[in-house]
Amino acid sequence: MPIEILMPALSPTMEEGNLAKWLKNEGDKVVAGDVIAEIETDKATMEVEAVDEGTLGKILIAAGTEGVKVNTPIAVLLADGESADAMKAPATAKSEAPAKAPEAPVEASAASKPAAQPVAAAPKAEVAADPDIPAGTEMVSTTVREALRDAMAEEMRRDEDVFVMGEEVAEYQGAYKITQGLLQEFGNRRVVDTPITEHGFAGVGVGAAFAGLKPIVEFMTFNFAMQAIDQIVNSAAKTLYMSGGQMGAPIVFRGPNGAAARVAAQHSQCYAAWYSHIPGLKVVMPYTAADAKGLLKAAIRDPNPVIFLENEILYGQHFDVPKLDDFVLPIGKARIHKQGKDVTIVSFGIGMTYAVKAEAELREMGIDVEIIDLRTIRPLDFDTVIASVKKTNRLVVVEEGFPQSSVGDHIASQVMQRAFDFLDAPVITIAGKDVPMPYAANLEKLALPNVGEVVEAVKAVTYR
Amino acid sequence: MAAAAKRAPAKSKADAKSGSNPVTPKPVEFTKEQELSAYRHMLLIRRFEEKAGQLYGMGFIGGFCHLYIGQEAVVTGMQMALIEGDQMITAYRDHGHMLAMDMSPRGVMAELTGRQGGYSKGKGGSMHMFSKEKQFYGGHGIVGAQVPLGTGLAFANRYRGNKNVSLTYFGDGAANQGQVYESFNMASLWRLPVIYIIENNRYAMGTSVTRSSAETDFSQRGTSFRIPGIQVDGMDVRAVKAAGDMATEWCRAGKGPIILEMQTYRYRGHSMSDPAKYRTKEEVQKMRSEHDPIEQVKARLFDKKWASEDDLKAIDKEVRDIVADAAEFAQADPEPDASELWTDIVH
Repeated sequence: MPIEILMPALSPTMEEGNLAKWLKNEGDKVVAGDVIAEIETDKATMEVEAVDEGTLGKILIAAGTEGVKVNTPIAVLLADGESADAMKAPATAKSEAPAKAPEAPVEASAASKPAAQPVAAAPKAEVAADPDIPAGTEMVSTTVREALRDAMAEEMRRDEDVFVMGEEVAEYQGAYKITQGLLQEFGNRRVVDTPITEHGFAGVGVGAAFAGLKPIVEFMTFNFAMQAIDQIVNSAAKTLYMSGGQMGAPIVFRGPNGAAARVAAQHSQCYAAWYSHIPGLKVVMPYTAADAKGLLKAAIRDPNPVIFLENEILYGQHFDVPKLDDFVLPIGKARIHKQGKDVTIVSFGIGMTYAVKAEAELREMGIDVEIIDLRTIRPLDFDTVIASVKKTNRLVVVEEGFPQSSVGDHIASQVMQRAFDFLDAPVITIAGKDVPMPYAANLEKLALPNVGEVVEAVKAVTYR
Repeated sequence: MAAAAKRAPAKSKADAKSGSNPVTPKPVEFTKEQELSAYRHMLLIRRFEEKAGQLYGMGFIGGFCHLYIGQEAVVTGMQMALIEGDQMITAYRDHGHMLAMDMSPRGVMAELTGRQGGYSKGKGGSMHMFSKEKQFYGGHGIVGAQVPLGTGLAFANRYRGNKNVSLTYFGDGAANQGQVYESFNMASLWRLPVIYIIENNRYAMGTSVTRSSAETDFSQRGTSFRIPGIQVDGMDVRAVKAAGDMATEWCRAGKGPIILEMQTYRYRGHSMSDPAKYRTKEEVQKMRSEHDPIEQVKARLFDKKWASEDDLKAIDKEVRDIVADAAEFAQADPEPDASELWTDIVH
């Protein structure tokens, strides 16, 4: 059967183009790969190659013709032995490739039925509750720093595929001493000092994770991870989805995040909102040592890439940690830090320090505050937040990050959409000020949230 | 190939004193079976790509589509040097690499058309395809990002103490990305078994290497990191195989990374939408007529009387049938179910 050669599209948006010239004449033999014609649009030109072999039987569209619609037959190719007679009835000629070519490429690319109905929401993964701590379990006062180190050491003992890499994690014992002692216990095969090369070693970690290892990549601070953000977002976060579930990156990126003290603009930024924007990532930001330990262990075991945001100021703070062989907490579950009935304060990470201090002051004033520590920013435990709002009818969110598109903004939006009728006051979001972190001590203090702001916000939503 | 011949044979400056640096090996002599196998593999890639170009033109393939036509000898020759478990990773001009890794033409084509039978269930497309089973790690759309990733695959090999090698492909364009050199540094420092294969097809999109690169001898791009490199005639599958044998042996012997600059050429535009204004038609035609990798094998097969016209026609037919079957499947296969929107991700 003669084969129709169709006007090709150069891009999914092209509807028509010019047939610039023919490079073969009627009667010429062609083999696959031969350039037979040239077509052009206002932005590109393309050579049309033969995909089959045969003889160019008839040219249907003359050279120089403008405005040729995509998928219009432009020539007829005859197979060996077919005579020119066969061309006489090109109408019966079978189009060579698809039995039913799409009407037009534009439609074809949207061939899928357009989403006329609202698209179903993302199914929520079930998240287990925190494990019960058996009565009589010894509680050990532990710093966040020690808790993080213990979590890594326990997981490295448990699983040979877990290793830690980053700047100064081995011989220096960690820029903030989080990896103290790990080199001594696990050796330099599993505790790997890297050059100062964030983009590079983040990518190396993701590649190792593709191959099935479980890297813990330490950033000396998350400010430096901006150098690596393409590998975190494009390579680590998206691959499980892009590969149709074949492979992902079981990797933890961890390190101090947000403002420390007097380190100024380039070293003082909270990335909670940034990473929480990305599907495919989990984002954890613990406050207490117990949460730091239990959630870091969970993060290391998680098959997804996890951003684990720590805080330098919290590293030295003590909290009780249950003395259990294997204390693992669920990612994606908020913790009610203190029950209350008058107002809900939602916070996370170092933001919790303001919430906790404000609660003490407010208690003196007779306001019974419920504090929710999110612990995980993505997936965010809205169920716990909304249940609390339904009880207290008032919400204040506290974080240190920049105010625009903040985690608090997202929570406020969701609460408005899911619990509007339960709100007795507008949600107030407290964040860092909308300026790069200044160096001067007084200005730095002004740029961060403070306890007074939280107290005032609670008074405002409770109309005191 | 012309470019390789013109330039002085590459001699690595990296460890000049030691005298133990690799030099470009002579093309290996192929057996009849090897010639026929190379012919078949390269032809499959070429016919597949021509078909992909055609389906794109008809609107069945959307988005970006980067064809590998002209460069077939590179992946085909390298593949002949691999052992079980060796990994491969590349950028977005990846169809040839997947076929070389023995991934199914149906699965690749159906991914190009965005159907459920594609390697990524239609969720990845031309630039984002993977096969863990075949050790193909993508398929990456960000220029240069695959280089640290491929280095990480090599890290895993060394960590596990196996003998496998990571083949990390990138182009002359990606060779100017900073993360490439970050990777070179770590790979050399830790002696990782990675072969950096720079497919120099002379154009980064429309920018020629001389307009983009201060050092156009890409085999020397590892010099500061003590990574040796050689230039290889990437249009001659035997030259590629010889380089591949040498490089895999180098890596398996624990000598660390090595760079192979494959001097090759892409006949088609950067992507389907290409202005074709940055090079002359004569240049393209000269490469096609004088250096075509498939024609070279064909000529040798005839020369040695290892195959007749009819023998090759039979292979052509077989290849064409495979491609036609893949194309048919890729058009008939349904689009992914709407529920796939929410799979392979957690919330």
